[in-house]
Order: sequence, then C-alpha cells, then structure tokens
Amino acid sequence: MMFSSANPGSKKRGHSSDTSIKINHTREQISAWMFCAPMLIILGVFLVIPIVMALWVSFSDWSGRGSPFSSGVHFIGLGNYDSVLVTPGLSQSDFGTAIRNNAWYTLLVVPLQTLLSLLLAVMLNRRILKAKGFFRTAFYFPSVTSSVAITVLWLFLFGSTGSINAVLSWFGINGPNWFNDPRGLLQILFSHLGVSQGPALLTQHGLLGISWWDWLSGPSVAMFAIMLMVIFTTSGTFMLMFIAALQSIGEGTEEAAIMDGTNAWQRLWHVTVPQLKPTIFTVVTLGIIGTWQVFDQIYTGTRGGPSKTTLTPAYLSYSAAFDNQEWGQGAAISFILFVIIVVMTWIQRQIMKDRKMSRRKIAYYEALKSETRGLSNVSASQLRGKGNPDVANREGKNHE
Amino acid sequence: MKKKLAVAASTFSVVAMLLAGCGGSGFSSDSASSSDKLTSDTSKELTVLIASSGDPETNAVKKAVQEWATKNKRKATVSVASDINQQLSQGFASGSPTDVFYLAPDQLAGYASSGSLLAYGDQISNRSDYYSSLLQSLTYDGKLYAIPKDVSTLQLVINTDMWSAAGLTSADYPKTWSQLESVAKKLTTSKHVGLTFSPQYARVGTFMAEAGGGLVNAKGTKATANSAQSLKGLTEVKKLIASGSTAFSSDLGAGWGGEAFGTGKAAMTIEGNWILGSLAADYPNVKYKVIALPSGPAGKGTMQFTNGWGIAQDSPDQKGAISLVKYLTTKSVMMQFAKAFGIMPGNSKFAADWKKAYPDQAPFIDGLQYAIGVPTAKGASTVVSDFDSQLAQLKNTEPKTILDKTQKNLDAIYK
Repeated sequence: MMFSSANPGSKKRGHSSDTSIKINHTREQISAWMFCAPMLIILGVFLVIPIVMALWVSFSDWSGRGSPFSSGVHFIGLGNYDSVLVTPGLSQSDFGTAIRNNAWYTLLVVPLQTLLSLLLAVMLNRRILKAKGFFRTAFYFPSVTSSVAITVLWLFLFGSTGSINAVLSWFGINGPNWFNDPRGLLQILFSHLGVSQGPALLTQHGLLGISWWDWLSGPSVAMFAIMLMVIFTTSGTFMLMFIAALQSIGEGTEEAAIMDGTNAWQRLWHVTVPQLKPTIFTVVTLGIIGTWQVFDQIYTGTRGGPSKTTLTPAYLSYSAAFDNQEWGQGAAISFILFVIIVVMTWIQRQIMKDRKMSRRKIAYYEALKSETRGLSNVSASQLRGKGNPDVANREGKNHE
Repeated sequence: MKKKLAVAASTFSVVAMLLAGCGGSGFSSDSASSSDKLTSDTSKELTVLIASSGDPETNAVKKAVQEWATKNKRKATVSVASDINQQLSQGFASGSPTDVFYLAPDQLAGYASSGSLLAYGDQISNRSDYYSSLLQSLTYDGKLYAIPKDVSTLQLVINTDMWSAAGLTSADYPKTWSQLESVAKKLTTSKHVGLTFSPQYARVGTFMAEAGGGLVNAKGTKATANSAQSLKGLTEVKKLIASGSTAFSSDLGAGWGGEAFGTGKAAMTIEGNWILGSLAADYPNVKYKVIALPSGPAGKGTMQFTNGWGIAQDSPDQKGAISLVKYLTTKSVMMQFAKAFGIMPGNSKFAADWKKAYPDQAPFIDGLQYAIGVPTAKGASTVVSDFDSQLAQLKNTEPKTILDKTQKNLDAIYK
C-alpha cells in the first residue's frame, strides 16, 4: 500500500528525515485505491453482491420473477431452512438423502484420491524413471479434459453392456448395471451375510427424514461408479501439487535416511510424508471442498438417479430452484452446504494441526537448550575437538 | 476501521438498490386479462424458445414461425433450448423473457403462481374444440394459461416377428390383464423378455388407470395414490415383474422402453407415439404393430401427455405472441407438424383427419377418450419423481408402502 519510490533515500531511513521531500500520504492512498478499484468492482458485482442476493433469497419468498429486491418479495425468516432441515416431508427427506449420498462420497473420495495422487507423485518423482514427462502428461490429462466429456465416456464404459462389464465377464463375473443399480454397497455386503433388513433400532429412527439404516447403506453402485470417475480425474491435479512439493524437499534428509538403513517404504512414510504435510493439508482441504460441490457429473450423468442415490446437495439446490421453482429452498440448501464445507475444513484443520508436545518432552528440550547455552564458546569448541578428555569421559559414561 | 465498514456498507446498499430498481421497473405486476390491456410493441422481434426432439422438429417449427412472420410483416426467431426450465427461469428472473415457449404442465403451476405467465386462454375462441382433460392440465387457479401444442398417449407396441415366432396370431392380442400375462410369458425367451417399460409413473400409471386409480382423481383436486384401485394397478405390475416375463427398461440396460424394444431386448413395450419416430430413425429393421393396452378391472386406461404454448407476462408484444400461437395451432400447421415429427393434435376437430392420414397410429388418438393426466399442482413433479425413484425398487418393496408414502407427499400439496 505504501509506495516509497517518491523517497530516493528510503534505504537509509534515519538520514532521510533532514531532506525536505514531504510524502503526500493522502494522494498515495487515493492512487492505491484507484489501482485496486477495477478488481474490487469486479469482485463486488460478480461475487459479493450475488452472494448477498442469494442470502436474501434464502430468507425470502421470491418466486423467480423480476428482482429479488422488488417490493413484492417478503422476508419469511428461517422458513426455507425450516422446510429442508426440520419439517418432515419430501423437501427434508430429499435433503437428507443428498447429504447421506455426499457424506459417503466425501468419506471415500478424499482419502482415496489423496493416497493415489501421492503414490503417483512419488513414483513419477523417481530419477530412475524413464519417460517421466509422458507419464506425467498421461496422468494429468483427465484433469484438463472437460468433466462433461469424461462423464459421457464413463456412461459408455459403465453401461450394462459396456466395456467394464465386458472385461468382468472374461473372468466369469456378471457385472452390475452400474448407473441403474440403486443398492448400497454396504447393504449388498450385509445381504451376502444374510442381513437384508436392519434392526428396528436403525430402521425406525433416523435423521433428516432418512432412517439410520439408510444412512448406513453406503454409496450405491451408481455413486461408486461416479466416485471412480472423480478419483480418476482429480488425482492428476493433486499429483502435480505433490510433485512440486517433492521437488522442493532437499535430498539430504532422504540420503541420511538411506545411510540409517531405512527401506523405501520407511522412507516414504517416516521421512517424505511428514515433510509433505502442508501439501497434504492443501490437497485434503481442496478435496473436501470439491467433493461437497460435486455437480457436473450428476447433472450430465445421472440427474440424481437411480432412486435418488446420486442426488447431491449441489444438484438438489439447482433442481429445487430451476425445476421446482423453490428458489428460497435452493438458496437455503446452498448456504447449508457452505456451512458444512466450512465446518468440515475446520475439523480437518484441527486434526491435521501439529500435535502439541507432552510436558515431559518440552521439559527435556528446555533442559537440553539451557545446557547448550550454559556452555562457553571455548568449551563448546573444545567439545568438538578430537581427543578431548571431556568428550571421551562423557562418551565413556554413556556407554556404561 | 468502523468508518470504512460504514462506507462499504452504504456503497453496497446503493448498488443493491440500483439493482433492485433495474429489475423492478419495466413491467406491471397486475395480470392483463382483457385484450385492450395487452401489450403490443411490434418494433422488437418476437422470440420463440422450444425444447426440440431433433432437427425435423426444429426445422418444422422454424418454418411455421417464419410463415407467420412473413404474413404479419414481423420478425421472429426460434431458438432451441438445451435446458428449457433453466432458460425460462433465467428469462423470468431477468424481466426480459422469451415471448413464446413450450410449456410443460408440471412446470406451469410454479411459473403461473409467480405471475410469469400470461393467462391468454380467454383470447382463444375455439378452446372448446380441445380435449377438456388437456385444457385442465394447462389451467391453474381457474385460468387457462396455455393451449395444447400437441398430445401423446401410451399404448402397447409389439414386435410382430417375435409375436409370430412365439406362435401367436392377431387373435391373441391381449384384451385383459390375464391375457397380457400369458402372452408376455409366451414371448419371453432366453434372449428377451415379453414386456418392458420404464420404472416411472408415466408408464406404470397405465395399470393404475386400468384399475380405476391414479395418483390424483380425474379433476386433479385430490390425491388418490393409495386408493384400493391404485394399489390393484401397482400390484399387477409387481406380479408381472415377479413372473419374469416383464422387466423395467433400466434393468435391461436401456434408457427407455423404446431402446429396449428397438434393440430386441423385449417383445412388447408400453410407449407413446414418439416411439414411432425413434424406431424409424434408429431401428428401421424392427417390424411392429401398435395395439390398445388391455383393459383392467375398471376397463380401458392409458396416460396422456401434453405440452402447451406459453406466453410470458413480461412480453412487450403479447398481442403478437397470441397471434403467433393461434397460427401455430391451425389445422394446416398441425398437420405439417404431424408429418414432420409425428405429433398428435390436441384439437378434437383435427382428430378425424389425423386418423385418416395415420391409420396405423389410431390406437394412440383413440386413447384420448379414456386417458388420465399426470398431477400438475405446484410441487407435484417432485412427488412424482420421488414415486419414480421408489418404483425402481418395486421388486423388493410392497406396493402399499410405496403408495402410502406418495399419498402422504401428495396430501401435503392437495391440502
């Protein structure tokens, strides 16, 4: 904000006070604001105002005609939030279903895509690998392709007579009718164990109009096919982030670990991964945000079907507004989604924060530090010297 | 800091008020009902938005609209929507909507209640010529908001090769549910099932209608989803599926009944007259015959679907729009459309001509005598799609459970 170019002597602040150049701070501020103005206006018109408008719509009975700020639109308080969160009915159970689907989706997609992209990055970062450029491009390619195109491709691959089922049939497996199979993966598992109906405790009680048994049904086969697609497309982007992080890590630590006799897995988990923590944090955060906002794949692929098992809050918000003319509800859902994303990111931050050291460890490190400070320069340099009796003495003691 | 916030807040509220002003001005909120109140600004070109089934439909509509424009020395453009609900909603919200557009009955209540549509029904002198059940599904709150663009019904389409291969003749066309069960069983082989249709009310509903039921009563004023008649209809569907002679098209890996039928995965399907165009274009080698659906305990039954010509309340030239719609629903244009993309006219006066031109499709137009519509109240489309989502699980669910839940959802709307 402060431009010091007007003052040639700014490098030596102490000496500049006796020169007669006076800085006009007001003019500097005005020019600074003028430089920022285009961006502020753009952000205001295309970001802030729409958000505030949507927030207003979520508290109003706007019917979709004319401006939401016109006189015919009334403030109806929490009515729209109430009908999706509290009042039993179709709006509530649709919202509950969407949250259920998306929770499973996030729970499975985020860890899997993070792991996959990390492994790809580690593999492609090895100096021994030939044709690195080719592989990086190949893995990154799905990320730059339009999600619509990939979805169409996926619908072909996973069709009931598509390539995936054709390959499965070579092994004698009768593949599912992927995008039309509403059964939950966990419920399929349960049914193999002979449990087809949940206990009354789970089927009679529930949350958001959905019974606990349905919450626990797992993602449907159709949703699972979408999950595979998303992992396939996003891991390329996250792989690039991990590669960038890996390349900024010095090789010294790894070489030291090699000298200590670690194997490749130990080096990956105990040396490389801890150093990647900031990148992992970024990737997981972006993953959580991205998975809660899944829309394109649903809109072009399944439109919520089969049996609403691929309905997500983002798509529900769209269809509530545009298909059912429930603009307030649509806006309310999108703000609930916003809160979910913020809360989940916060929780994730708390989990990934650096652990506080135990008191004993803090005390130990403090003692170590004060001991080192207590040593005079001379004795410290003597410590480094060869054949120092003190050192020998200490080492001898340590060996005892 | 506080001062800056105050400045920001006041700037924002000014911008918001400006925006509000933009949207609020330029239209009157009271609906015009008599012709002298209608707007008639002929300086702008008239815009038409359609949801097209393909090039034949697009070209036919474009041609007809141009004919009208030339006659009236106006300019008019037709655009094809990729997602008509979204595009219409955007137009209504911005205050400058398309003048004339395809209007689905299940969207009508939402748009009409927000005042986005022009209730131009009283401007149409020949509206008594239209089938009354069609007009009813385009009426909201006692006002007719659109006149039918076309109409479709569902009937039974059979693959004649498979039919004769199973040793069946024209004497075996099923007249009752039990005959349908037996022919479906005879037509089922290891390669294909006897009968298929999509798991949605717009197909399954035929059985409910044949049993005298439906999701709502004939007048569309009361929910009858879990009535004894509706239950009888859905139980019959479950029985057919359990017998193995019938499968939902989605279980056969097809997007709809026509695809399952065309690819030879089923010998019979319950579909609307639009299937003929698709069979001609995509599966020209399939030989078929259309017959009336068998009667149920309450006699004949089928479902009808329509689309109306909607006009925007905010259109600057409502008079021109009405004139265009009148032209598009004349006999000559209707017959052009029928020839180009296989529609049926919703005007009963044209039925005889249409039947003469397309005798093979007669069962479809005859179905209008006894067809039921889909519920059209505001919010009903969500309930119907919830019903559809439950139908996919019919194999493992009791029909009563599905119907009870749908009844509860409909009761919340038809209070």
